[in-house]
Amino acid sequence: MSAVSPLRLAQGEQLLTGWGRTAPSLATVHCPASVGDVEQAVAEAGGRGILARGLGRSYGDAAQSGGATVLDLKGLGSIELDAAAATVTAGAGASLDDILKQIVPAGFFVPVTPGTRMITVGGAIAADVHGKNHHLEGSFGSHVQRLGIVDGQGHRRELAPAGDAEVRESFWATVGGMGLTGIMTDATFDVIPITSSLISVDTERAVDLDDVMESMIANDDRYRYSVAWIDSMHPSGRGVITRGDHAPSDQLPAEDRQSALAYDPKVLATAPAFVPGGLLNKLTVRAFNEAWFRKAPKRREAELQPIAEFFHPLDFVQEWNRVYGPGGFVQYQFVVPDSASEIVGKALRKLRKVGAPSFLTVLKRFGPANAGPLSFPQPGWTLAADVPASVPGLGQALDQLDELVAGAGGRLYLAKDSRQSPDMLARTYPRLAEWQAIRDRMDPKGLFTSDLARRLSL
Amino acid sequence: MNDALGEPQSVLVLGGTSEIALETVMALPRNRIRRVVLAGRPSTARDEAVAALTSAGILGVTAVDFDARNTTDHAAFVNEIFDAGDIDVTLLAFGILGNQDEAEADADLAVDIATTNYTGAVSVGLRVAQRLKKQGHGSLVVFSSVAGDRARRSNFIYGSTKAGLDAFAQGLGDALHGSGAHVLVVRPGMVRTKMSAGLKEAPMTTDANVVAAIVVGALRKGKETVYAPGPLRYVMAGLKSLPRPIFRKLPS
Repeated sequence: MSAVSPLRLAQGEQLLTGWGRTAPSLATVHCPASVGDVEQAVAEAGGRGILARGLGRSYGDAAQSGGATVLDLKGLGSIELDAAAATVTAGAGASLDDILKQIVPAGFFVPVTPGTRMITVGGAIAADVHGKNHHLEGSFGSHVQRLGIVDGQGHRRELAPAGDAEVRESFWATVGGMGLTGIMTDATFDVIPITSSLISVDTERAVDLDDVMESMIANDDRYRYSVAWIDSMHPSGRGVITRGDHAPSDQLPAEDRQSALAYDPKVLATAPAFVPGGLLNKLTVRAFNEAWFRKAPKRREAELQPIAEFFHPLDFVQEWNRVYGPGGFVQYQFVVPDSASEIVGKALRKLRKVGAPSFLTVLKRFGPANAGPLSFPQPGWTLAADVPASVPGLGQALDQLDELVAGAGGRLYLAKDSRQSPDMLARTYPRLAEWQAIRDRMDPKGLFTSDLARRLSL
Repeated sequence: MNDALGEPQSVLVLGGTSEIALETVMALPRNRIRRVVLAGRPSTARDEAVAALTSAGILGVTAVDFDARNTTDHAAFVNEIFDAGDIDVTLLAFGILGNQDEAEADADLAVDIATTNYTGAVSVGLRVAQRLKKQGHGSLVVFSSVAGDRARRSNFIYGSTKAGLDAFAQGLGDALHGSGAHVLVVRPGMVRTKMSAGLKEAPMTTDANVVAAIVVGALRKGKETVYAPGPLRYVMAGLKSLPRPIFRKLPS
């Protein structure tokens, strides 16, 4: 008889991290090919539980679960466009990238896209992702008509925002529920008609943070899409606001109208497999930010940009997260109500003071929240900044920022979080207990868990 | 779960009255710590350790009974601790120095040192390692000693147990490589603690809080072996390469 040591890696065991490449943990990864496979995996889940993982773009520990079974749902990647109803029904593992390739040439666009299209439908719903149109059109979950989910009993069921209370509550607990209510299998969501694949973009340079914020308050409502990039290294908090909408085909030059819906997003480069730490430091980021600010025109209107350039500039470099080096990075994203807009400036000053170089600093105005108890967006300002995890004193600085954010009635985005405390979460998501009660009903045995859930006692 | 900035939430100390281990707990980033288990034999020293950490503002400090020599109890002990929740950092810090002359005269005393320092550590260390592998993350810090780098006439019984422990811990670290779990081997020189009280101070003798700071820095960087103080690495490299006739003649 030969024994196999429990210390050896078993079949399918893999180290997983989020996009920030911090705090890895080992899980057994399965790739189910059908809903039946998912049901079976849930039925056979061990004591460490089970979790779905999409394309791993959550920055922290949302899509990993040490010792657990992790389901990679790329096998559930079907995409069906119903042009008459203007909806797409897609497998939970289908990526927005694949969906766009299929629906843009047919004259449709996704209702919401975050800064990367390398996310899955399941992930978009679980994190209730938002995009540049949140101020007018809300987050992804607000456009979902129905979804299929395998619950904690191992049964697939249908959820929708309408219908009886139990179905409705389960639906909204799943929207923004970070994958902790079950394994989503598929969903149907609205798509919007477009007549060209180009975005008509207005660009505006703002000399300081007040200028950025005033302009966004005054003019955002005139645009479907709006976001500001902030020069986090510059004491003024200057920035570049880009706003736009899908260009109607008649705005294109006559010779381009034939191919108005052509869509060919390219990946220009892949970051090298190993990048030493420290490449992104105060000097390099300051230089980058200076160039980025100067590159933008003082004011330019109705410039036609391809979808990828406007929505997904980071997707041009595959695996760009490697540029932060082996230490990884964190992204700090919070929302505060309009009444606490001064927190944005305070946060930028604090990050600058601790010497945290961030080149991906983005400011956006949110519109109304949806019914998801754990959904992140609420009306006000959201700021996101990337910071290398190795910056000394970062933990303390971010804890102090947490205090400011919580005190102002704001909160952090769970899809980005990798370090807040359980107390901070409980304090800033007032509907946490309500969500937990619904989750417990859907998953009475506590099968669905993640490192994030364990870290935050969700 | 350790967070992205390396802040642990839970700590297990095997040898819950070890001064170096307690200093290490004090030096760990503590903003996220919610559970500290001090495992050791019941004693006033253990009670005082709980009180000291608690009064330093560390949350969730408790004591549990643990005897390194009772290896038959180790499986149940480790399971009970880990079943109550993941452990992010485990400090394997128990050990006895013994008296070399007495142990040479009474082999039972030598066996006692070996049982505690080596056999007990293998027993509980392996069981902790199994649970770390199972939870898919976590660090095991094993307190070895420079005494294990090369056995000396003056303390080779203690030294041999640390040599064995050190080799075991290195192998365990290799076994767990790529599993999300990680083993850090710490080789302190002489440290001013109650264990070394009354002994003549060797060169480069240091304090427990200095060792603790080195351990915490090494954990943060994911190191596998660290000397305390750091330059001992080079001293020991030199000593290890000395021919035995010369090594024997070194002052003890």
